[in-house]
Amino acid sequence: MTWQGSVLRVNLTEGSYVVEPLNMEWANDYVGERGLGSKYLVESIDPKVDPLSPDNALIFATGPLTGTMASTSGRYAVITKGPLNGAIACSNSGGKFGAEMKFAGYDLILLEGRASKPCYLLIEDESISFEDAEPIWGQSVWKTEEWIRNQHNNPKLRIASIGVAGEKGVRYASVINDLHRAAGRSGVGAVMGSKNLKAIAVRGTKGVSVDNPKRFMEVVRETKALLANNSGRKDMTEHGTNSMLTTMQEYGSLPTRNFREVQFEGFDKVDANAMEETDDSGHRNLITNKACFGCTIACGRIAHIRQDHFTIINRREYWHASGGLEYETAFAFGPAVGVDDIDALTFAGYMMNEHGMDPISFGVTLAAAMELYEMGAISKDDTDGVELTFGNAEALTVMAEKTGKFEGFGQILGLGSKVLCEKYGHPELSMTVKGQEFAGYDSRALKGMGLGYATSNRGACHMRHDVFAEDYDDSSPEGKAGPCKDSQDRIAAMDSSGLCVFVTTAWGIEEFAVQLDAACDGTWTGDRLLEAGERIWNLERLFNLAAGFTSADDTLPPRLLNDPAPTGIRKGTLAELDRMLPEYYDLRGWTNDGRPTAETLARLGLN
Amino acid sequence: MQKALHIKPELCTGCLQCELACSYEHEGLFNPSMSRIKVFEFEHGRHTVPYTCTQCAEAWCMKACPTEAIHLDTKLGAKLVVESACVGCKACTLACPFGTIEFNPVSGKVDKCDLCGGNPKCVEACPTAAITYIDADSTGYDRMRSWAERTHLEVSQ
Repeated sequence: MTWQGSVLRVNLTEGSYVVEPLNMEWANDYVGERGLGSKYLVESIDPKVDPLSPDNALIFATGPLTGTMASTSGRYAVITKGPLNGAIACSNSGGKFGAEMKFAGYDLILLEGRASKPCYLLIEDESISFEDAEPIWGQSVWKTEEWIRNQHNNPKLRIASIGVAGEKGVRYASVINDLHRAAGRSGVGAVMGSKNLKAIAVRGTKGVSVDNPKRFMEVVRETKALLANNSGRKDMTEHGTNSMLTTMQEYGSLPTRNFREVQFEGFDKVDANAMEETDDSGHRNLITNKACFGCTIACGRIAHIRQDHFTIINRREYWHASGGLEYETAFAFGPAVGVDDIDALTFAGYMMNEHGMDPISFGVTLAAAMELYEMGAISKDDTDGVELTFGNAEALTVMAEKTGKFEGFGQILGLGSKVLCEKYGHPELSMTVKGQEFAGYDSRALKGMGLGYATSNRGACHMRHDVFAEDYDDSSPEGKAGPCKDSQDRIAAMDSSGLCVFVTTAWGIEEFAVQLDAACDGTWTGDRLLEAGERIWNLERLFNLAAGFTSADDTLPPRLLNDPAPTGIRKGTLAELDRMLPEYYDLRGWTNDGRPTAETLARLGLN
Repeated sequence: MQKALHIKPELCTGCLQCELACSYEHEGLFNPSMSRIKVFEFEHGRHTVPYTCTQCAEAWCMKACPTEAIHLDTKLGAKLVVESACVGCKACTLACPFGTIEFNPVSGKVDKCDLCGGNPKCVEACPTAAITYIDADSTGYDRMRSWAERTHLEVSQ
């Protein structure tokens, strides 16, 4: 059996834990990771709880394929009620922590309550202890990992932790594992901080078995070959996700200067090509590519900053290589804030990893602050004297560090774009859905993306649907609701498997199904997975409805609905959400006000 | 012709497919902690380096073993641990200068790379050919060739 069959339930208030058998009925219906973690969350908390109170739960969940030889098998997800917007939050991450947690014997770690003082959890197979985190409270993620390994003289520990941002409740604080892999979005790190939990350090030696090893090795060989020969995969290996930036520039869907514009004149200074160019001094931003656990794609970038750059010229501690720009980071620190200095972007990326924050939400919040600054709604008196103008690279790097360390104006930026814009009297400038910031795709040129953003259960998110092919074909809202709904269900299932959705460049749901079928008890087909995905989607929706969200929250900011795209091949278009949403509700089997009907719930076993 | 594992760290992405394959081959499950090849990371993952037994011709482990539990497979060049003879004394782990023979607390014996009987699974699993299995007298061939090319280019300029 490829599930370990165990849930580690930790009561931080009491400093106790219990190892429970995994609920296999739920595993069969919700698979693992995102789906199963969400089911456990729904069964553990009241949807109306304050996300930063001890009543919230924080769940680390692996999937059935996590830790196996399937490609990209390093995924785990962190599920909780998110503090950025109060919706169900699920952020997944790669790196090596997730597989290690499973090797220690646990499918899920479920954390409840709040520790009386800062602590971290040390897990070595069955041995579990609560350790004192006072010496590292206030320290960065990078220091924390080093300190914990030294403390236990164990270099093999894999660690997921928070930085100061998470401790102080930055609303989009991330959980970071393996130095620069992030359960990035929705503020899952702030929930960890609210529980006085600095880190989980784990070493696992039990391994993972599958149901039919011989068959599993056969199908894994076949699916890996599909990936190996796929041109999209090759592009991702060679250039990383940031080659997307050039494509978005072409389509006029590259959100620029807080979405006022859709193309960025400096795009070629921060895109994948720019990372790969050697400059006059012989410096090249990109050093190499690296993989997460089990991954045969290796889209991760390892980069470094010019030593004479203003950010680090007097800070030798940043002269080392670390995680480099991925598309969303490049978008959020480049076009979104109008900055074209690739070293500044890379440094701001270091800050996100070192202090534990979501680059998308930080960048888009900073973009809103810059617009507020330029219109005079805030001034240097608010911004600690920093000239917060679009294009100011120093404003980006200084504010990234201030927010990570929760200093000065960083404390305001740490509340997110929605609260920031409301505070200064311009809620319309917040580029968010349900209080979560947009990723780097403009919904005027890409209509299906807009519908996906508007209906995503964690607020604006580009990873919950995949309507790229249809959106590239035309800019019409027609025919976008179906692919949006179908891909949401498909990805919900994929996100629950333990694998990474970046394999979808070569694999469809059937490739997931054959691997799960060989690994798990019972029969796993594509249809079964799609139904599980739809069940998961509706479960998340029900949580949000119970938390107080309504169909009125399935919307986009006025800028995207009313201001036509100013340039690009889709100049003049609007998001046109109203031409897609009713059809979408209908396809979902929801009422006109966005509630699943009794029939839908019965069909999915959710009644 | 005897063959040897040839590792090019500059091609390694740190994915650990080699560790997964090794543990599956020897233990029947996916368990990198039991892998005889291990990948080490340096400088925030900038360098990822697979490392395993190099199969010394005059093997320290073999010489140190008091029960003659380690013997030479003359065809493969591999040093193999005979489980029934190993008493888990760990003398070999002390003797090996490279740390590539390790005590296994579950079996109470030592484990080391056995070249999978001539078909190393790490090689098969590696997606970037960072680990290859080539003629033992040719592990320096590529490097030699690249220097030869440089010399050629300099001469022809």
